[in-house]
Amino acid sequence: MSETRKNQYLTFSLGEEAYGLDILKVQEIKGFTSITPIPNTPPYIRGAINLRGTVIAVLDLRARFRMPIAEYTKFTVIIVVKMNQRIAGLVVDSVSDVVDLGDGDVRQTPEIGKHADARFLQGMVASEDKLVTLLDIDELFDEGEIPAAASHGRSGEDSKQVER
Amino acid sequence: MGRDSGEKGGIDLTPFQEMFFQEAGDLTADLEAGLLRLDSGHRDAELLNAIFRSAHSIKGGAGMVGFEGICRLTHSMEGLLDRMRGGLVPIAGPLIDLLLRAADALKESIAAAHSDSAAPAGEQALIAELDLLLENPTAPVEPAGTPAGDNGSTSRLYRIRFEPSPDVFLKGMDPLRVLRELSGLGVLHKVEADLSRLPDLEDLNPETCYLGWELEMESDCNRARIEDVFEFVRQGALIRVETDDAAPQAGQAAEPAPPSPIAAAGQRTSAATSDSSSIRVATEKVDRLVDLVGELVIVQSMASAILHNLTPSRVGELKEAMAEIERHTRELQERVMSVRMLPISVVFGRLPRLVRDLASTTGKALELEISGEDTELDKAVVERISDPLTHLIRNAADHGIETPEQRLKAGKPAQGRIHAAAFHEGGKIVIEVSDDGRGLDAERIRQKAVGRGLIDPGDEMSEPQLHSLIFHPGFSTAETITGISGRGVGMDVVRQNVASLGGSISLASRLGEGAKFRIKLPLTLAIMDGLSLGVGSETFLTPLVSIVESVQPKPGQMKTIAGGGELVLVRREPIPLVRLHRLFRIDNAVTDPSRGLVVIVEIEGKRIALLVDELKGQQQVVIKSIETHYRRVEGILGATIMGNGRVALILDLAGVLKLAGGGGQWPSTPRPEELAAA
Repeated sequence: MSETRKNQYLTFSLGEEAYGLDILKVQEIKGFTSITPIPNTPPYIRGAINLRGTVIAVLDLRARFRMPIAEYTKFTVIIVVKMNQRIAGLVVDSVSDVVDLGDGDVRQTPEIGKHADARFLQGMVASEDKLVTLLDIDELFDEGEIPAAASHGRSGEDSKQVER
Repeated sequence: MGRDSGEKGGIDLTPFQEMFFQEAGDLTADLEAGLLRLDSGHRDAELLNAIFRSAHSIKGGAGMVGFEGICRLTHSMEGLLDRMRGGLVPIAGPLIDLLLRAADALKESIAAAHSDSAAPAGEQALIAELDLLLENPTAPVEPAGTPAGDNGSTSRLYRIRFEPSPDVFLKGMDPLRVLRELSGLGVLHKVEADLSRLPDLEDLNPETCYLGWELEMESDCNRARIEDVFEFVRQGALIRVETDDAAPQAGQAAEPAPPSPIAAAGQRTSAATSDSSSIRVATEKVDRLVDLVGELVIVQSMASAILHNLTPSRVGELKEAMAEIERHTRELQERVMSVRMLPISVVFGRLPRLVRDLASTTGKALELEISGEDTELDKAVVERISDPLTHLIRNAADHGIETPEQRLKAGKPAQGRIHAAAFHEGGKIVIEVSDDGRGLDAERIRQKAVGRGLIDPGDEMSEPQLHSLIFHPGFSTAETITGISGRGVGMDVVRQNVASLGGSISLASRLGEGAKFRIKLPLTLAIMDGLSLGVGSETFLTPLVSIVESVQPKPGQMKTIAGGGELVLVRREPIPLVRLHRLFRIDNAVTDPSRGLVVIVEIEGKRIALLVDELKGQQQVVIKSIETHYRRVEGILGATIMGNGRVALILDLAGVLKLAGGGGQWPSTPRPEELAAA
């Protein structure tokens, strides 16, 4: 009867598949808004949006996982996640519940990944008849995409200074 | 010596040390300014008291937070100043020189303490020199030539270590240019690159500089001249210039051979220099902000209340409330931005000292006049305008102003006048540096430009056009030619620096009468006057300052050249065409230039023509950073939020130019649709 730590995950879906994100990394959920494409970026970066005055990049998870692109509907949602000091958006089909998942429930992802690259995946959990694949956010953006170190803000905008 | 422990008697002094550094900056500036006034002849008691107080405050602060070295240096200075104000020591030129050197050493020691490194070597020597004088007040002070200014014409061996800042390339500087300029000053016996910080190829970021150099050079230039070469790459760099030559100074208390405080240049400072991350704000500015926000809250809750019980008859009230909210918000925006504004005296304050040193190194008589030092600019602009401004002043002193003999012969007063002025004009800040020296020689410029292949011998150019050639990248070299400035990293870098601030520089000159350089800057970096361009369903903004004109070309004006490039002929001048719709992969855009619009922009002296669908209007936009939460994107300067809440990208024309030069296409990344098909 060991104590398993329970972590909360926000579950969402891409097509038929269910995925989960550590709730602590989720800042908010935004309805789909108009995205401005940014040139010279990887194809899975849809562009930029306005988040209450801050400009953040939006990544299309389907594209990231090399799934066929879906039509954006009124259920399409942008999950705003935070990684270190940076915020970014993830476009997903729809969001479901927040679930408690214990450490002990997490299984290793099988070798044969269906769509997603193995390195994005933290593991899989069975939850209410569904198989939820847990994602590692920090891996979603390539090393070169979002530098780990703090940026040099070049405008008059307040950017939170990262402590050294 | 280093920073004395941050703990004293169990208390962590670090936050107090930070406060000390903040205040010490102002106090040392006051100290130096006071000494300079003393130097120019003022002798009143209040001035001496003020200088004494500055030294005293620094001493007290340093002592409290555990900086013993600084404490002792200021103690000696204070002692001397006390005697001076008591009339016990005659105030003479050499004495003031000594104190100025001590003030320099003080600044160095404070910087060293701030970046946690060892105190500069000359500190002890200066303390000794000051103490000697304290004990023997009537002993003549050896007029040690400013260490940077020994005019000895003997050849010296210099050992130089140069490690540029890792982001030197991003600032547009090429360290090799610096090395080349050095090679023009003497004979380089050894140039050794230090590759120790070079990472593996996979980890290599081509935009970062990992290199350093060890050089040995024989030169008969003085140290100041050598150090000038590093002027534009100084920030964030490690520069050490050492010479073995024991300066031929008679007298005791001469500096020991190792680099003197003034000469030992930049440490890799983390926070100490001008780029500090905090601001001092006048309390009344903050008070007015508090009032304004208060009023805004009131009006907003009024509007809220009206909305709560909205009836058609109250719509008028609501409109009024909204109008008032808009007024308050606009004022709030202005006032908040003004919090970031600093008076330009922050930068102008360094000029008297600079001119004084220049006068002694060049042997010319120079008078500096300053006006408009209360003019306020955004903090970021102030910090970055310092280098170009210094460069212009140096030029004026080095090349503009003639020697006293030459001036007298020309019927001018022996003392040359340099005037630095700042003022607001037309919503911009204007900074002018003018001198009454020899002015620019247009004919010489022409010859030099022809010699460099910048213009053809047959080209017709007016005098102003010839003058502005000095800003051309190909123009400057390490040689100095009278009448024109040229020092390797020259006027083109000044122009680039000014351009990177969103400003422009122009000049006017009359041969024999002098020259006037005029820098125009936006009030703040965060806001830009932009022109919206429509391309397909997207909107892009481009800085208004870069726009030359826009035309709708007739089919006959379009030409293609071998290799696929396209040109637009505007009044017979061929301008390369950049198809924005292709560059940004935008569908549904106008592809036929004669149906759309061609906007001609000028960037870095080059003109390009951007093909767009339409002009959507001119507006002032707040520049939002893409880099903060994503990364730097080539060709994009930043973003802004339009009235409809959407993000619009601001073009970085230099980046667009670079990308277009690569065939007018972004590196080809497949689009998601293309990907899924795979």
